[in-house]
This record gives sequence, structure tokens and C-alpha cells, in this order.
Amino acid sequence: MTSATVDVRELPIQGKGRSDPGWWAMVWTIATEAMLFAFLLFSFYYIGSMARSAWPPSGPLSLKLSLPNTIILIVSSIFMWLAERGIERGSHTQLRAFLAITFLLGLAFAIIQGFEWRAQPFRPTTGVFGSLFYTITGFHGAHVIVGLIMNLFVQMRAWFGGFTRERHLAVTNAAMYWHFVDVVWLFVFISLYISPRVAY
Amino acid sequence: MGMISEIIPTFARRPLVGYGWVALATVVTGILGFGVWVHHMFATGLPQMSMAFFSVASLTIVFPSAVAVFSWIATIWHGRPVWRTPMLFAAGFIILFVIGGVSGVVTAAIPYDWQVTDSYFVVAHLHYVLVGINVFPVMAAFYYWLPKMTGRMMNETLGKWNFWVMFIGFNLGFFPMHIAGILGMPRRIYTYPAGLGWDTVNLITSIGAWIFAAGVLIFVVNFFWSMRFGAPAGDNPWDAGTLEWSTSSPPPEYNFAVIPTIRSRLPLWEGRVMEGQTNPDARSAIWQGPALADGREAVGISPLDADPMAVLRMPKDSLAPLLLALSLTGVFYGMVTGIYLMALLFGICVLLCLVGWLWPASPGRAEDEV
Repeated sequence: MTSATVDVRELPIQGKGRSDPGWWAMVWTIATEAMLFAFLLFSFYYIGSMARSAWPPSGPLSLKLSLPNTIILIVSSIFMWLAERGIERGSHTQLRAFLAITFLLGLAFAIIQGFEWRAQPFRPTTGVFGSLFYTITGFHGAHVIVGLIMNLFVQMRAWFGGFTRERHLAVTNAAMYWHFVDVVWLFVFISLYISPRVAY
Repeated sequence: MGMISEIIPTFARRPLVGYGWVALATVVTGILGFGVWVHHMFATGLPQMSMAFFSVASLTIVFPSAVAVFSWIATIWHGRPVWRTPMLFAAGFIILFVIGGVSGVVTAAIPYDWQVTDSYFVVAHLHYVLVGINVFPVMAAFYYWLPKMTGRMMNETLGKWNFWVMFIGFNLGFFPMHIAGILGMPRRIYTYPAGLGWDTVNLITSIGAWIFAAGVLIFVVNFFWSMRFGAPAGDNPWDAGTLEWSTSSPPPEYNFAVIPTIRSRLPLWEGRVMEGQTNPDARSAIWQGPALADGREAVGISPLDADPMAVLRMPKDSLAPLLLALSLTGVFYGMVTGIYLMALLFGICVLLCLVGWLWPASPGRAEDEV
């Protein structure tokens, strides 16, 4: 409880950083989306642990496309971080440039993911592994696309919307979301591609 | 649990014992409650692991429940209770909570659960939970808050009859079901041959059920009678300590023109029922505080201590949500009917609406703050 009377005129409008409801909205969005992936990966491990035959049935998944793609996504996260650092220093050029690089890397990831889907010997209807694979990577892909749209929106505002050193919550939120998508991919990658190699 | 924790202090004439612990227990019970649902299916042939997990989770509910029960009892014990109708229902609830809780703990243990599965013991337990632990607090809340909503008191004499008839009828009707279940009576049967030893308990149950129904009827009568002829309630008929009782009954529109300045959990009791509040500067000032631009602004506060942190602008009138909803309708219509070009075009409209909606209004400070 407060001890002294607070003068509302001294409070910031809409808050700043962690006192801004928008920041909390993104934190809770990420928390609920993380639940979704936790459940998806739980079902993957649960069903995998029950498998009587080879898991995945067609042998371990190829790392030829997926490993470079993973590295692309990690690098894109670094550029997103640099973009946010840019606006924190007041550099709009750095923000716009690094946002654009992040976008291109994210787009590359999504396109390569499309080739990765084509390269698989199984379809969503082939069996339980195929169903899990396409559901999990499909959900992740949808999150990548949402992250790319956020990136575009932030890029638009970076040109016309007047971010300042102090006020750039949209950048912070888009960056937070992008890092989340990246971290989720690491979990997905380790689960779908690496864990069957280690455990079976 | 929340309603009971509001009602009991008012009639015990003292603040709730262990307020923080009860609040925490209520939250913990709510969270644990998400992880117990398999206890309805212990006899369906589930893996050991899953049964063990849900059995433990169900047993764990005991701890927060016990914290709350002992806090309520201690509040009454250390208070000077006034036995009006809401308090009778609240106190009756505590008894039913303990009975329904004990039959819950034992059925959370799987060996016992297997013994009584599909028997009348389960029927007794679930009615103590659903009626005793849910309906009785709601009755208490009705008698407590209805005067605030309608401006008229419920009849106290009928109210006391209401409680005792319902309480006696409920226990007479549902307690013997425990015994019927242990005697082997299965649930979901409508008749059985004579001489199985269940006749007497079922007769008692039937009598109890009729008495209970009569109790509910008293409530219905009291409700409509009080709507018409009830005595005017006034602002604070129970002399309660919380904020809703500081305004008239029923509350007018726009009842608080300012955000009240609050210094304690029971602002209406400061300096009277609660001791140690002699310093006038440390008291709440309900009619003083910041007014924020005719409801167009609100104060953002910190999550735990409610310290003011920011002035939040409320959204202004905007067409964007309507256009967004219409575009989404277009997207789904296109997808359902297989006209994917339409879905794509409306999808672009969705994005444009979102951009328009989320684009920040011109920055700056509102001039009309107080």
C-alpha cells in the first residue's frame, strides 16, 4: 500500500516499459502460446515414449535443411536485438535496417521450411508421427508468419509512426515475440529432429 | 470461498483472521482445481502414473481448504458474531464444507475410491460439494447483497426459517446416502427389491428431500415478498466495512466520481470496529481522490500492491473493431465456401484494420486531468 499521496499529474501517460499494459499483454500472450507448444511437445514425447516400432517410422529426420534453417532463425533473433538496441540509442537508421534484415531472414526461414515439408517422406495423414510433425511445425510456422507481420507493422511505424528513444513499446513487443518464436523453434528442433537420434 | 470471506467478517464484527493466507489459499485451490479432473475416472482403467498424479493433486487440495476453514472459524471465534441470515448460511456452509471435504479426501485415495465407485457414497459426496459448498454460500450472498442491488431487505424471520429448513432438510436428505453407499447401494438406479437393507435410509432421504424442497420454496416466497414489501435497506444495513456499502442501495450510476483514497481493507470500519486507526491522516477518504477525464482515463497500478504507476487512456469510439469483425467474417465465409481469393482479399482487409486500430493516437498529455 502507498504511504504518501500520489499526484496523478506526475504519472506517465500509458506507462513506460513494464508499467505499460501493452508490455504485460505481450508477456501474457507469450505465456499462453508457450502453453500451447508445451502441450504439443508433451503429446509428441508421450506418444513417442509409447511407440513400439521405430520412431520416427521413416528413420531420423534429415538435418540437411533444418540445421541451416535453425541457424538462420537464431541469427535473425540477433538482428532483432540489434534493431531494438538501435532505437534505444535513438538511431532510426539502425532500427529500420536491422528490422529489414530480420524480416528477410525470417522470410527465408519460412520459405526453406516449405521445402523442408516437401522433402519429408510422410504426409500429415501418413501416421501419428506425420500428424504430430505437421501440426507442431505448422503451428510454429503460423507463429513465424505472425512475427513477420508484426515486423512489417513495426517497420511502417519506424518510418511514419514517430518512435523515440523513450517510447518504442511496439519494437520491444515485436522483438519479445520474435525471440519467443525463435526459442520455441529450438525446442521444436531438438524434440523432432535431435531427440529421436539420442533416445532410440 | 471469496464470498464467504467477505460475509463472515461483517457478521463476526472483526477483520478476517489471516486475510493474506485465505486469499492465497483461495488462489491455490483454484489452480489445483485444474489438475484434479481425472479423479472422476479412477475406475476406468487408467495408467498407474496418471492415477497417482491426480490422486496426489486431489489430496493436496486439503491444505489450502484447511487454511481457509480454520481462518473462518477463528474469525467467528475471536469476533462477536451477529446471527443474521447471511451469517447462518455462511456458518452452515463451513459445516457442509468440512463434511463434503472429508468425503472428498477419502475418495481421492484410490483404494477407497474403488470401494465406493458407482455407489451412493459418491452421490452423497457430490451433493455435499455441489449443494453444500456452492448453493449455501450463494444463498448467504443473496441475503447479504440483494439489499444492495434492490434497495430492500429480505425478511429476516422467513430467512431464518429458510436456513434451518434447508439445512436440516439437506443433511437429512443427503447424509444417509453415505450409509446407503457403504451398504452397497449402486447409484443411477430408480428402484430395487425389498429386503436389501436400504429401505430405512432411503425413507429418511426421501423425507429430507421434501423438507429441503420446502426450504427452497421459502426462499422463493421470501424473494418475491421482499421485492414488494421488504423494508428499505439504506446504504449499509449490515454495518459492513467494505466499499460497496458506502454508496446508496441500489447504487446510482456513476456512483464514484473520483477514485477513492483507500488506506485499509475495511475503510468503513476505520476508527470504529477496527482498533488502532486513531490517526485521521492514515484513514481512507472515500469521496476524495483523482478524477480522471470523465472515465476516459484510468490509473494503471502495480500488480501486487496497487501503487499508481501510470495514467491509462481508455479507447475512444472507433469503427476499426466493427470493420475488423466484418473483414474476419469475409475471410471465414471465403474459406468455408472455398472462394479462396475472397478469403485472401478480406485477409488483407483484416491486416489493414489492425494497422488502423493499433496506430497510435497523436502523443501528448490530456489537458483535462484533475
